[in-house]
Amino acid sequence: MGKVFAVVLTIITLVSTYFFVVRRWWMPVDISVHGPGVDRQIIETMLGTGILFVLSQLALAGFAWKFGGPGEGRKIKTFPGGASGLVIAVVVIVGIEILTLSLVGSKVWAGMYFVPAPANALHVDVQAEQFAFYFRYPGPDGEFGPIHPDKINDGNGDYFGLDPANDVSARDDIIVGTLTVPIGKPVLLTMHSKDMIHSFYVPELRIQQDIVPGLDIPIHFTATKTGKYEIVCTQLCGLGHYSMRAYIEVLPQDQFDQWLKGQSQ
Amino acid sequence: MDHPPAQSASAQPEVHHHSPPQGFIWKYVFSLDHKVIGKQYYFLSLVAVFVGMVLSWLMRMHLAWPTVAIPLLDKLSPNGAPGGVITPEYYLSLLTLHGTIMVFFVLTTAPQAGFGNFILPIQIGAEDMAFPRLNMLSFWVTFVAFCLMVTSLFVKDGPPISGWTAYAPLSAIGPAGGPGLGLGQELWAFSIATFCIGSLLGALNFIATTLDLRARGLSLMRLPLTVWGWLITAVLTLLSFAVLLTACVLLILDHVGGTSFFIPGGLVVSDQLQPHSGGSPLLWQHLFWFFGHPEVYIAILPGLGIIANILACTARRPPLGYKVITFSMLSIGFLSFVVWGHHMFLSGMSPFSALTFSVPTLIITMPAAIVSLCMICTLYGGKIRFNSFGLFAIGFVSVFVTGGLSGFFLAQPSIDTYLHATYFVVGHFHMVMAVAAIFGMFAGTYFWFPKMFGRMMNETLGKVHFWLTFVGVYAIFMPMHYIGFAANVRRYASFTDDYMIPLIPVHRFITVAALVTGGAQLIFFFNLFWSMFRGKLAPANPWGATQLEWTVPSPPPFDNFGGKHPVVYHGAYEYGVQGSTGDYVMQDSPEKIVSS
Repeated sequence: MGKVFAVVLTIITLVSTYFFVVRRWWMPVDISVHGPGVDRQIIETMLGTGILFVLSQLALAGFAWKFGGPGEGRKIKTFPGGASGLVIAVVVIVGIEILTLSLVGSKVWAGMYFVPAPANALHVDVQAEQFAFYFRYPGPDGEFGPIHPDKINDGNGDYFGLDPANDVSARDDIIVGTLTVPIGKPVLLTMHSKDMIHSFYVPELRIQQDIVPGLDIPIHFTATKTGKYEIVCTQLCGLGHYSMRAYIEVLPQDQFDQWLKGQSQ
Repeated sequence: MDHPPAQSASAQPEVHHHSPPQGFIWKYVFSLDHKVIGKQYYFLSLVAVFVGMVLSWLMRMHLAWPTVAIPLLDKLSPNGAPGGVITPEYYLSLLTLHGTIMVFFVLTTAPQAGFGNFILPIQIGAEDMAFPRLNMLSFWVTFVAFCLMVTSLFVKDGPPISGWTAYAPLSAIGPAGGPGLGLGQELWAFSIATFCIGSLLGALNFIATTLDLRARGLSLMRLPLTVWGWLITAVLTLLSFAVLLTACVLLILDHVGGTSFFIPGGLVVSDQLQPHSGGSPLLWQHLFWFFGHPEVYIAILPGLGIIANILACTARRPPLGYKVITFSMLSIGFLSFVVWGHHMFLSGMSPFSALTFSVPTLIITMPAAIVSLCMICTLYGGKIRFNSFGLFAIGFVSVFVTGGLSGFFLAQPSIDTYLHATYFVVGHFHMVMAVAAIFGMFAGTYFWFPKMFGRMMNETLGKVHFWLTFVGVYAIFMPMHYIGFAANVRRYASFTDDYMIPLIPVHRFITVAALVTGGAQLIFFFNLFWSMFRGKLAPANPWGATQLEWTVPSPPPFDNFGGKHPVVYHGAYEYGVQGSTGDYVMQDSPEKIVSS
């Protein structure tokens, strides 16, 4: 029975590893400046844990193969080095692994969150609501009109609760359903929600950030490839959660300028 | 407490012999006997795990074939499944109830309150728990909590749709937020609050019993590792469930008391400005995960104890590193209280805190890795017997390692930014927490069934059950890691996004694997109930194990030791030695140990 177990576990281990190695299902191509750092971190972790996975499962399989049965006359042996050997091995191997991962990983994380967006960043305001995202550009005056929650009304198309009659800065605000950004230019999103917690996830951008009602959450990125990508909600927000999505469209600078101009007319 | 003065077993002092209660009600329903209460918890979990498994089947069928009509489901919920087809919101109700029932009424209940109640007092040589009445109360409070939770299936708009984590403001806002968020959510909160009370009472009892009622000679370092697992879990329960209880009370007040603990001002739901102000959605998350992370270890530590204990018996040698395993479990318990923020890297809390929570999360992998390696290397040089409980114990080590390693990814905020809320997380926690803990329960059942019911389980059925389950769980949960890497988002009722549509065939594979593996559990249910009445009669010590529960008849008499006080002379794992009865020496045997 021990030998059967060893064979089955070995097959499971090899099959499990195979699909990761050939990348049958894998991350989409990254389209952000910080993305390669995230990907490197993921690959390094995959290598480290992959080796530990295969070694430990094969050790388990090997011991089950070798030490099964009553073994008449055979003496009980103890693993060379004993438990303290294992403790030292874990502290050294896992310790180095943890130290490397946290030092490198912290830098990646710090690059995304600790550094403020550059001054020239394009500023877009994001409103999330039960089952849609809306994006607001400040318009020619470069200023966002203030938000009045009591004025929010989806029926009238006032997703942000603007009051153009009284707020001058609100009059030229541009509100769209697709996040349109230029390539190679930093983009700063200020995200808020009018109802539940939502989350802004673009796998290609390697960005995921909860949007919490009552908070203005900033996040910034620079896109490196043109194209249209899906933005999906990843925080359970109600019955239509699965259908909550929008698109981000990355355009060359000149096309973006043209698009923005067209919107403000 | 060191070695007690040598004395023969017959010289043990006689004490007052308690006679069992008479009448069905006092014997089986409102019993004060820890063994009956342990079985009550066990059967409650058995019902709960069956309900939870059926819920997961419904979810899996809906994910693979969203338009398929499931027979009879429209009878249970005409609104949630008109014509038997599950609506997106009913999918979320099923998801909430599946998670809640499995985490609370199965993973928290069976390994600790079920096996712990039955086995712990006997293992430490006590005649019952320290507070038998409190023990009875804990069970019945838990039972009421379960009834409240199941009732939510039958109220008009069904169970809540906010998930087992019940994030506010969705969980706090009431019916305006969606179906099931009114009465359903209130029932949920009342049920969990009640459950907390039951768990707190149980935890007090476990701690007092373990510290005060140990037999003479049973020093802490002679405790079986199972007892260590239950003791540490009880401490974690006491500290963490108190916080969840508070959180649930606040949530209930947000519903019925007009308060705004978790709801900020300016909230607009369905174009209506909500009459709330000043609350914080993140407050709920901090309170919930302050409980929620220790909870993961509450689910798995009893399993670790049970498996370390069983591996020694099945490999016929002492566990490698008894002290190392004990202190690793203690440090896992301590560290579990400083890592809760790793559930909240992307929640909008300060990104600086993310690093603060990431480091202890990575550090906790050390004691976890040490325990795993000690378990693997316990097999080295042993004489392994591959019966049902042995197979499940070795299988536990495999799935625990697999599930633990994927934790390395999620512990790092810079990776979590990609993998958070994908199926990678679902695969990770199911493997390390659910499957591992359930393997612990299966191993525990096959191991202690003779003691609990006085009969033997069928070995052949047990082995068939093991093989189907072991291969099955990998077939279900490994592909979840793959589609998580392809950014498949969890908690979606169906996959309509462009990039997720190509992943649907993988979901179909997972669904088939889940149905087959679930079906294999019927073999276990059959074996369990058939053996209870038709199994071979069990001797006192069928496995040649060394702990005190194997010194008493199967099943043990009402007061466990027939009025005698056992005396302990040895550590818990004297295997691989020359004893008068074989390759082991029982803990209460006064004979000297000669290594074989």
